[in-house]
Amino acid sequence: MSAYLIRRILYAIPILIGVNLLTFVLFFVVNSPDDIARSQLGDRRVTEEAIQTWKKSHGYHKPVVLNDNEEGFGKITQTIFFEKSIRLFLFDFGQSDSGRDIGHDISQRMWPSLAIALPTLLLGVLLNITFALLIAFFRATYIDFWGVIICVILLSVSTLFYIIGGQFLFSKLLHLVPISGYDTGIDAFKFLILPVIIGIIGGIGTGTRWYRTIFLEEIEKDYVRTARAKGLREGRVLFRHVLRNALIPILTGIVVLLPLLFMGSLITESFFGIPGLGSYTIEGIQRQDFAIVRAMVFLGSVLYIVGLLLTDISYALVDPRVSLR
Amino acid sequence: MYNIPKFLSKAALVGLVQLCCAAGDAQASWNNPYPQSDHASNVFFSSFRERPKHLDPARSYSSDEYVFVAQIYEPPLQYHYLERPYMLVPLVSDGMPSIRYVDAAGQETLHDLPSGQVAYTVYEFRVKQGVRYQPHPALATRDDGRYRFHDLGPGDLGDIHSLADFGFNGTRELTAEDFVYQIKRIADPRRHSPISGLMAQYIVGFDELRSSLERTLEDTSSDSFVDLRDYTLTGAEVLDRHTYRIRIQGKYPQFLFWQAMPFFAPMPWEAEKFYSQPGMAARNITLDWYPVGTGPFYLAENNPNLRMVMRRNPYFRGEAFPADGSPDDIGLGLLADAGRIMPFVDRAVYSLEKESIPRWNKFLQGYFDDSGIGSDSFDQAVTFTGQGEAVLTENMSERGMSLSTSVETSTYYMGFNMLDDVIGGDGDSARKLRRAISIAVDFEEFISIFANGRGVAAQGPVPPGIFGARSGEAGINPYVYDWVDGRPVRKSLEDALGLMIEAGYAGGIDQSSGESLSLHFEAVSRGPDDKARLNWMRKQFKKLGIQLIVRSTDYNRFREKMLKGTGEIFFWGWNADYPDPENFLFLLYGPNAKAKHNGENASNYQNPQFDRLFMEVKNMDNGPQRQALIDEMVDVARRDAPWIWGFHPKKFSLHHGWVHNIKPNTMANNTLKYIRIDPQLREASTAAWNQPVLWPVWIAAGLLGLSLIPAVVSYRRRERVTAR
Repeated sequence: MSAYLIRRILYAIPILIGVNLLTFVLFFVVNSPDDIARSQLGDRRVTEEAIQTWKKSHGYHKPVVLNDNEEGFGKITQTIFFEKSIRLFLFDFGQSDSGRDIGHDISQRMWPSLAIALPTLLLGVLLNITFALLIAFFRATYIDFWGVIICVILLSVSTLFYIIGGQFLFSKLLHLVPISGYDTGIDAFKFLILPVIIGIIGGIGTGTRWYRTIFLEEIEKDYVRTARAKGLREGRVLFRHVLRNALIPILTGIVVLLPLLFMGSLITESFFGIPGLGSYTIEGIQRQDFAIVRAMVFLGSVLYIVGLLLTDISYALVDPRVSLR
Repeated sequence: MYNIPKFLSKAALVGLVQLCCAAGDAQASWNNPYPQSDHASNVFFSSFRERPKHLDPARSYSSDEYVFVAQIYEPPLQYHYLERPYMLVPLVSDGMPSIRYVDAAGQETLHDLPSGQVAYTVYEFRVKQGVRYQPHPALATRDDGRYRFHDLGPGDLGDIHSLADFGFNGTRELTAEDFVYQIKRIADPRRHSPISGLMAQYIVGFDELRSSLERTLEDTSSDSFVDLRDYTLTGAEVLDRHTYRIRIQGKYPQFLFWQAMPFFAPMPWEAEKFYSQPGMAARNITLDWYPVGTGPFYLAENNPNLRMVMRRNPYFRGEAFPADGSPDDIGLGLLADAGRIMPFVDRAVYSLEKESIPRWNKFLQGYFDDSGIGSDSFDQAVTFTGQGEAVLTENMSERGMSLSTSVETSTYYMGFNMLDDVIGGDGDSARKLRRAISIAVDFEEFISIFANGRGVAAQGPVPPGIFGARSGEAGINPYVYDWVDGRPVRKSLEDALGLMIEAGYAGGIDQSSGESLSLHFEAVSRGPDDKARLNWMRKQFKKLGIQLIVRSTDYNRFREKMLKGTGEIFFWGWNADYPDPENFLFLLYGPNAKAKHNGENASNYQNPQFDRLFMEVKNMDNGPQRQALIDEMVDVARRDAPWIWGFHPKKFSLHHGWVHNIKPNTMANNTLKYIRIDPQLREASTAAWNQPVLWPVWIAAGLLGLSLIPAVVSYRRRERVTAR
């Protein structure tokens, strides 16, 4: 397995370089270094001299990708792309264009993101599995029929609707929870209830339908028929046999998501005023802070690759038929 | 860091306990975003929409930042809170500065001289004695007088994550040297001060200091401490412990207005020394994020991603609430606190609230003490009387809320690029075309549709309330309006069509080429909401038969077009730095043209008469002579019509009945100290407005329980049947 892991990590390097290059190209197609300087310095009373000074102090005074004024490797190394990228691969995110340390900000903001994402995922999976098993148990009945219809309705509704509707109902009309905000430590709980509930409800449609499909697929298999033939009750068949075997795709589906939980949710965090990494990314984009955008895209890519790697490992761990070479 | 599962289980447990306790307390509001005890305290609650970028007074230059910076840092002067027109009064300066003029021969005089005869102006500031800085670790000393935290080693910052972690604070008296130090900081290239270029034109020796610092910085790390006390700035010198002098080139009366902005607030050298130590920046502990001021408040919690909390500065000297205001102020109770020592609130909590819906709802629930009014909520909050006066809706009035309105010292205009071949230039045809468009584009309608009536159609560049703006018939733009029945009435479309014929574009057809006239509007498209506004714009031009082609782009490209002078028609605005007509008229001054000089004259307007008058008006004191020259300038600009004068926005703000001493002041930013709160009324009101409503929850739970019964029955029945 170790050879496999080393190979996969080596594969990740060109992927990350590619992602970084793509981010660079896309960002600099829209924003020149002068634009970045102006967006940081503001529009009022900014002189050309001030722009040049800012660019120099933030390392944006060099050519973007290729430096024709240099010789040999200098053509590549004396560029914005090289200088900004090489530190990323050492996980040194440097300073944002507005002067804050990005690594420090990430270390602070990943926890609020996780505080929402983790309970939403765990409780959501639990609820979705329960519903899916219930629907599978009553398959081909009116419960199955209406369950599927409700799921389709739920998954058709925009997340934004759940958020605004939830805030309106639970906070504005019923006065049960704060409409938005966050706090540190245990005081965070009252702010997390609503986004977590909304996250769970928003995911019921998709999750239940997906798990239902997995369960129905398992139910048709021979070992289930054998179990029934042995006289096991339907509940025992479902919970002891079907659920255990269906856990393989469910588990691997969850494992791939785990690292990305740190990245947070863009919309939820923004509407609930949660200072997580989702809102950090949105802020970086809105402020044209290239350093933040680049760091977050890079971090997202790394975590996604880690997620895929963990999925492969989890396959090997839960299914003896799979071996990684 | 946290142990997450443990943290979550603990949080869940405590949260449940909290909910149970709250359920037992009839007065508790479950949706209160603050600790329950805070709501009965003398705390001001508000919100901020955008995370401030910079809190360094040398760099900070936006209203988002001034919400905090202006309460913490104190420049020498401030605007009187109640008096109108806006008036400068001393803040930490002991009286207004003395002003002397020096002529070319080196003769000094206290008397005003014509600007042409003034070689230098000398301002002498006397600093109030006994003013002390907020508690801060940079000023903490040991028993032997040495600074406690000025020589930190690599391991000393291990457990330090914010200023509070240092454990020791100190203070010291404000001195004249701190003001001079700050002026030198504006010249420091590392600070990227936006007014560095402007001040280099005026403060004597500013450019030399900047060059000297640039040379020094070439050999040192950008983060290292450069003690600016070792550098000379000939135009700013310390005379004694409490007196300093600034010498500027020529005459620039507006320089005093700059002295009311945080750029010129004092900075102790110890702060720069403290923050420049290794490891501080990696923890985001920088002067850009942790201010050190003498103001009534200091920043106690600095979490721009969540909440900014300011507390009363325990070393604040105290300042009396102004005792003079207008008769209206007496009627509104604004002088009830006259002479009382400020600040009135102990703490101010500003929560980050990016989205308008939660922000508005929190205000309605009483969790924010004040609020602006978004377009979505406008009809819920405001209604107009038959006389066109904006008043609160009945529902809002019943809750004891108040509405305050004021015309902002801003202008939004539609500019014509005067470098353009068709619409620009000084020719008679182009001028008449611009005037025709100025009549056709109905900004009264624009204000009504797109600004909920929150604005005043502009008659020229200078907004009402600023010296130079005239009211009544004398103040109307005669090229666009007629004075009818005591009010300005926009000229008819026929007048505009007549001008089109005179311009050679009868019916929108270019008489020389026979082709229909097409003009290009440079729009910054932010989303689908802009579509209606752009369609409206097209319709206005269509009235004259002109086809308006909208060129939508992002803000960077728009700015690039403006810088290159390649745009044709655009929409832009300007917020005043200070309440002087110069700050608006300079937007049309030729040498400020954006395309040629990278200035703020975006329409690249150039008229020798206007430019000559501007140079005279710029350096004059307010008076009939200045007014006459401004009238002449405005008339020139109206005749040439480089802008459609657009509108001056009106600021509508709401506050609850427990908030006192609110008077809109669009120039002053340090207004938190004037605000007084009635916490008991707030607590009672919010408790009454936010009682939890539980019956729908019980009904929903009951329905869910009932719906499970057939499922359970069905399950049991299924379990009993034999396999098929």
